[in-house]
Amino acid sequence: MSVLVFADASEGKFKKTAFEVVSYGKKVSEQLGTDIVVLTINASDTSLLYTYGAEKVLSVSNDSLKTFNAKQYASTITEVATAEKATVVILDSSINGLYVAPIVSVNLEAGYASNTVDVPSNTNPFTIKRKAFSNKAFSNTVISSDIKVIGLAKNSYGVHENVVQGITQTFEPAIVDSAVLSEKVERVSGQVTIADADIVVSAGRGLKGPENWEMIEELATVLGAATACSKPVSDLGWRPHSEHVGQTGKPVASNLYIAIGISGAIQHLAGINASKVKVVVNSDPEAPFFRAADYGIVGDAFEVVPKLIEKLKAFKLA
Amino acid sequence: MKILVCISHVPDTTSKINFTENNTQFDTNGVQFVINPYDEFCLTRAMWFKEKQGASVTVVNVGGPETEPTLRKTLAIGADDAIRVNAIPTDGLQVAKEIAEVVKKGGYDIVLAGKESADYNGQMVPGMLATLTDFNFINACVGMEVDGTNVSATREIDGGNEILSSSLPIVVGGQKGIVEEKDLRIPNMRGIMMARKKPLVVVDAKSIEASTSIDSFEKPAPRGSVKLVDADNVDELINLLHNEAKVI
Repeated sequence: MSVLVFADASEGKFKKTAFEVVSYGKKVSEQLGTDIVVLTINASDTSLLYTYGAEKVLSVSNDSLKTFNAKQYASTITEVATAEKATVVILDSSINGLYVAPIVSVNLEAGYASNTVDVPSNTNPFTIKRKAFSNKAFSNTVISSDIKVIGLAKNSYGVHENVVQGITQTFEPAIVDSAVLSEKVERVSGQVTIADADIVVSAGRGLKGPENWEMIEELATVLGAATACSKPVSDLGWRPHSEHVGQTGKPVASNLYIAIGISGAIQHLAGINASKVKVVVNSDPEAPFFRAADYGIVGDAFEVVPKLIEKLKAFKLA
Repeated sequence: MKILVCISHVPDTTSKINFTENNTQFDTNGVQFVINPYDEFCLTRAMWFKEKQGASVTVVNVGGPETEPTLRKTLAIGADDAIRVNAIPTDGLQVAKEIAEVVKKGGYDIVLAGKESADYNGQMVPGMLATLTDFNFINACVGMEVDGTNVSATREIDGGNEILSSSLPIVVGGQKGIVEEKDLRIPNMRGIMMARKKPLVVVDAKSIEASTSIDSFEKPAPRGSVKLVDADNVDELINLLHNEAKVI
């Protein structure tokens, strides 16, 4: 019996979420008293996972899996889960993780708990805490099937070092056919993505026009943050749709979310309130965001942001 | 082309979330239910297929009689007929299995479903349904075109987009981008009148046993009030973020 963790490697490299799912999987395997097995596909350095408790890594190197394909990835995870007699399969909540997990669940006839935020509160019955209602509540879900699939919510458990003497073995999966083919990947390079960012700097209509975003981008650069915007801003075409965060836009679960000139409509808050620490800068002290934030400045963004950039630059140099 | 659009009946985003029965049941008291926003994008895309390329559009929901006003609303927007699978939805796999039965009987070419529902946010039904029916599957779809049996679609990836090609039959998990917010339709009086006469068929559930169940709900711990920092003292904010919150 084992706990199987899928540690996704995008273009060969692990992201923070890979270390988070391994840290989490190690803890769950200890709770269950089973082995931990970590599966990687085309990862360049699997020994990085030993730091987080990966005692056994199964490494797949296969050119057919060079481009992500949900069906093929799911089939590989299924094959390994069966070979390793996994009773729990853990994936991250990246866009690819969310694409693959439901397929794995059907393949293994396993109950699937997505948006999981903690280790099981009980292993029999297997009970796990999950986010629901757009982060406005949690559900304690019991998974009753023999095999359980868990989707760990990003930045919920955290990365925990637990250095082990790991081994890496190769695994040759059977590659299934898929009639979904990747034609082209369009990715803006050199920018911190909202999904990966520890810090997100977001701005709203309070900025008055797209020409004023220079200071937002500069603030983001100083902090090594991703830039984001509210829905009205993307609807007005001031910023690309890809920056829209909120209920129908991208979800944010960063360590720090800085909202500048965003009033804090309920739909916006639903998309960002998984972030750990929230800061709001708004000239209107009545803006609803002040009720959702940890820190706030009542003030004019055009005065506060340049000062913040200047002081942060000094802070970073110190 | 035969299109099936999966419709969830969910609380409006602005609803207060409360629980009853010792925190085991969602309190629907005073809650307004709407078409799941992610499904609404998909329904609108289905209407475009119908109007531009010719298609029949069926909607399906797994739920009790209380979901019928939501299904009627989709008929008023322009769907041709509706199916309600008479079951209390318990988990994603159960719902996917019920819809899979409908898909197998109906001979659909395209199944559109919001990539998630705004209540439990499970993000599981489209992928499970595709696997159960052996349809092709594209998730987090932000644009799609169909030419004959060829499908060209764009999905969101972390930090960009991926262009995919595939073929019918297909299940698509859609989100904003498959149509834009401005494209969404509000039912007009004629649509509402016509919707009354359109078929809404109730089918029996397969009594599928769910593999997950909710033991209880809880609400997040109440948060402390915001710490205000003077606009002339941004150093204090940096200090708090560094020493107290430890995020920079």
